[in-house]
Amino acid sequence: MVKADPKGVMTGSWFLDGDYALAEGALAAGCRFFAGYPITPSTETAERFAARIPKVGGCFIQMEDEIASIAALIGGVWGGQKAMTVTSGPGFSLMMENIGLACMMETPMVIANVQRAGPSTGLPTLVAQQDMMQVRWGSHGDYRIIALAPDSPQECFDMTIEAFNLSETYRVPVFIMTDEIVGHMHEKLVVPPAEEIDLVERKWYTGPKDKYLPYKNDKDGIPFMVRSGDGYRFHTTGLTHDERGYPLLNAEQQKITVGHLIDKIDGNADKIISLEEKEIKGAEVVVLSYGITSRVAVKAVQDAKKAGIKVGTLRLRTVWPFPEKRVAELSRKVKAIVVPEINAGQMVREVERSVAGRCRVTSVPHFGGWVHDPKDILKAIKEAAK
Amino acid sequence: MTAKKAPAPVNPMEEFLRMDRIPHIWCPGCGIGTVVTSFVEGVRKEKINLDDIAIVSGIGCTGRVAGYVKFDSFHTTHGRAMAFATGLKLGNPRQKVVVFSGDGDLTGIGGNHFIHAARRNMDMTVICINNFNYAMTGGQVAPTSPPDSKMSTAPTGNFEPAFSLPYLAEASGATYIARWTALHIRRVTKSIQEALNHKGFSFVEVITPCPTLYARRNRLGDGLDLMKYYYDSSEIRHGHDTRDTEIDFQGKIICGKFVDKKKPTFLDAMNTHFTKTFGDKYQPYGVDND
Repeated sequence: MVKADPKGVMTGSWFLDGDYALAEGALAAGCRFFAGYPITPSTETAERFAARIPKVGGCFIQMEDEIASIAALIGGVWGGQKAMTVTSGPGFSLMMENIGLACMMETPMVIANVQRAGPSTGLPTLVAQQDMMQVRWGSHGDYRIIALAPDSPQECFDMTIEAFNLSETYRVPVFIMTDEIVGHMHEKLVVPPAEEIDLVERKWYTGPKDKYLPYKNDKDGIPFMVRSGDGYRFHTTGLTHDERGYPLLNAEQQKITVGHLIDKIDGNADKIISLEEKEIKGAEVVVLSYGITSRVAVKAVQDAKKAGIKVGTLRLRTVWPFPEKRVAELSRKVKAIVVPEINAGQMVREVERSVAGRCRVTSVPHFGGWVHDPKDILKAIKEAAK
Repeated sequence: MTAKKAPAPVNPMEEFLRMDRIPHIWCPGCGIGTVVTSFVEGVRKEKINLDDIAIVSGIGCTGRVAGYVKFDSFHTTHGRAMAFATGLKLGNPRQKVVVFSGDGDLTGIGGNHFIHAARRNMDMTVICINNFNYAMTGGQVAPTSPPDSKMSTAPTGNFEPAFSLPYLAEASGATYIARWTALHIRRVTKSIQEALNHKGFSFVEVITPCPTLYARRNRLGDGLDLMKYYYDSSEIRHGHDTRDTEIDFQGKIICGKFVDKKKPTFLDAMNTHFTKTFGDKYQPYGVDND
């Protein structure tokens, strides 16, 4: 761990929206390269970064589209930078192929998706949480990513720093799955002094130049990285590759390469996953939610308690990897798990898979455009408690 | 006493190639190898520190260049080499970034990134190997296929107009543009040397034969026949108006250095602008960030 560079840290108390907080989090985390394309409701992050970067030192570029943005981001990271981009549904769809490239090249980076309602152009630009499965499965092939879901501007800031730290630790793209309401919501944001912000440094290789193997795993299962231009004259590719980074196109190498991309996340899931649990002990019903929906659920949970129902809450700060072990544990103790989310029922599928029939699972879908009416969640809690 | 054995001769290319990846996948008679040789020769002649060069490729036959050359080398996604290279250059501006790309990769799927990198005058060199077709996938029609040429997805002949790449590059803002055929070995080398020394967006197009697909399907003989044909059909006209550089089926190929001018690069323009705006408070980016 190293301390943050004070140049990027806007220490103090501020009244800012979630999109701005993403940019401030990135600058505090040492991100000095941003390539993006405008799309509402995420543009404020790019605007903030563009305005701040000349004074902090670094580079902002508005690319020609989202495909270019993510490709430039991967290039910027191999050029030695910490890098971030931000987008929303349609742009997120365009990024998918190169998200696979980032995973394959094991490139650390942070991508925020300020979600809006789809499909297609959908509801520009009203809230949704409809890209929760796309973030996990959207690029072709098998791979793993990490995704976080903030519920406030403060958490947009905090989670961006966490996201950079996780991406450097596991050399994987990390996603911040926020939404239009958190993105545009103004709240108090406290930015700590730089010396209170701990950052994970890139896993730089320091051995002899001619011995460097770009994809040889270290003891912790993660390979070392170098910067382009530092004399290693290395190769990396989107093809299935061996430890040298050279293409090796057969089933044996595929098993090693894809196995590694999966294991480095699944094998560290316990270390990665962060949950917020309240009043779980003795609860009959647990409301499992994430992002803005967890704040809406607070009202429903209060009302349920008034009605005499023992209800607890589980908020997913980490959405992917999914906390299947914890949800399985809960399924042995509670009557039901209620899952409100602003989509037709996405993460609830993971809940059902983890619960495996041991308790009831109630989906409370909302197709987007606005948050749930807490009464709908309350109704589901009451039904579940019966 | 036996005479001391002379050391095994080393090919001068070996220092620049990943010899552990040779033999390469390119067909006999393909022009990609000769362009890679010209590139290496250009780097050698210019005495550029090999650590300072980064090669970026997309997908396709030419996309494989990044895998064979011994520089920092990135084999990226189809069409996105230009965007990746833009990020790489901005990530570490000290490097000379060179994109090797085929005509389909660069101006079909990647056309948008090509014109915008040229517009920004990104400081990089783009070497386009134009063989008039999508060769890796079996010889499909490309944005560069000459009218009437026969391709696997234009079996009765191509009825679309083709891009003239020097014209596209100039209209987009490229500040160095040259075109040769694969047999103009020394001239390709010289243009690559100039391109590597050029500050700004430099573009070198090389017309190369694709013996396995383009030549076979159009009954144009083997690779060497076609390489010779392109060479013989070329007309060297330096400074020629790029509006008049279209290539007809088996027609004349106008070659030469068409454009060589000075214009601020993306980073120069950015640093100048911010210095003007913020004065001494602005620390120019990429100038001394090492």
